[in-house]
Amino acid sequence: VGAADFAGLSDVSIAEDIPVEGDITVPLSSHGVDDEVSTLDEPVKDTILRDLRAVGQKFVHVMYPKESSALLRDWDLWGPLLLCVSLALMLQGSAADNQNDSGPQFAEVFVIIWFGSIIITLNSKLLGGTISFFQSLCVLGYCILPLTVAMLVCRLVLLGSAGSVSFIIRLVVVTASFCWSTFASTAFLADSQPPNRKALVVYPVFLFYFVIGWMILTFSPSH
Amino acid sequence: MMANTDFHLQFQEFEDESNAMGSKSQETTINIEKHISKPQKQRRVAGVTLPEEENDPLETDDKTKLLSGQKERAPFWTFEYYQAFFDVETHQVKDRIIGSVLPWPGKNFVRVYIRNNPDLYGPFWICATLVFAIGISGNMSSFFVHHGQPQYKYVPDFRKVTMAATAIYSYAWLVPLVLWGFLAWRNNKVTNIVTYSFLEIVCVYGYSLAIYVPAVVLWIIPSEGLRWCSIVVALCLSGSVLVLTFWPAVRDDRPRIFIAITFTIVALHVLLAVGCKAYFFSTYDTTNTIKVVEPVEVNKTLSAIKAH
Repeated sequence: VGAADFAGLSDVSIAEDIPVEGDITVPLSSHGVDDEVSTLDEPVKDTILRDLRAVGQKFVHVMYPKESSALLRDWDLWGPLLLCVSLALMLQGSAADNQNDSGPQFAEVFVIIWFGSIIITLNSKLLGGTISFFQSLCVLGYCILPLTVAMLVCRLVLLGSAGSVSFIIRLVVVTASFCWSTFASTAFLADSQPPNRKALVVYPVFLFYFVIGWMILTFSPSH
Repeated sequence: MMANTDFHLQFQEFEDESNAMGSKSQETTINIEKHISKPQKQRRVAGVTLPEEENDPLETDDKTKLLSGQKERAPFWTFEYYQAFFDVETHQVKDRIIGSVLPWPGKNFVRVYIRNNPDLYGPFWICATLVFAIGISGNMSSFFVHHGQPQYKYVPDFRKVTMAATAIYSYAWLVPLVLWGFLAWRNNKVTNIVTYSFLEIVCVYGYSLAIYVPAVVLWIIPSEGLRWCSIVVALCLSGSVLVLTFWPAVRDDRPRIFIAITFTIVALHVLLAVGCKAYFFSTYDTTNTIKVVEPVEVNKTLSAIKAH
């Protein structure tokens, strides 16, 4: 090793038969690297709590339906699934002991809710709505929340008595929550519809929540 | 010369603008077409001087064919193809529903209300409403009838909803299919001037079921007289609209054929209404009499025992 070796290095021309190897990589932005590392490495509790908090925030938006884009922008289907499963569990008729019992089974309620939501979404898209398929499913699913609360109240009322007083209470509660559900979903869906067809889009939603409200109102626990 | 080139330049600018807008330009051209065709439609609906229309149905058909030619049909596997069947507005649906219950001898439902724009919204959602109305009303009526009896436990019956859905949807879709096939076959043999497309027939049948929704709601009240009254009224209104709609299509045929068709249309309509009433609303008859008979028999046996 001497000065002569270094002088030879100043010749920068590269002969053609020397293979040039190397690594051409774009340096990753540190933000992205941190994200991947954080969601994989964070404790499961954090991940679940973050999703639950998002679902809970959407519940609040449904209960106080003002003009918010959280439901539409960050749609998710966890909330509707939770609500649908809890409603179907509560509405389930008793086990088939007596022949007279033909109340809705879990599968029937589940199918009605999801199939109904899909049909209403298709209907609004066919009529020219600008909302996307999953956004609409998300809104319709989240707006079942008032009806689920009404179902809970009805079950509690039925624990007490099953006479006509309880029926009137249940009727009032279910009617109020049905109106709330329809109003909330209309508030979220209305802007995405063409102006002359709003009633055409709202009517199926009304029918959908009416049928669910009817199922809740006519629920009678097995004696 | 300068003026010509200026004009040419201006024309070029217009084209460039429209090209720059891209898909928007297509939207505007379609809107312009709609504006052109709208006054024609309004003129036809407003001037319901039907003798004119009936006299030149050939011309009507030509014009409607032209109008239909302007609508571009996307291929059937795209979403836009089905969107064309939902191209109605709220007031149009409302007018069609009202028109289906007011049979006017001159007005033909298809000519006046559908006007080459058949929709699937009305038939589908009217059938859905009817299915749920029958299910809910049937349950409510049996609840009211059995109200005082302790043995009866109220339970919503889901099998009935499924049965009602099958019956109503097959009536609203299979009968038009059969009727359309039959009319198309007769059209080959006898040159009929008035022909209906399959969707127009589906539309007529769908909207004609609209009168049954309030009738079914009335059936909740457990009074046989009221039920038969409402059935008869609903049948007369919607049946006559159906007959009046299909009359121009079959009147040029042999008398036996058009009597047969008219009779079949009316008979199927009656069958649907009476069948729904019998299946969903008269179960209370049998159970009521059984429950009433039992206590009477018990009393008789008790009094017989006491007498001895």
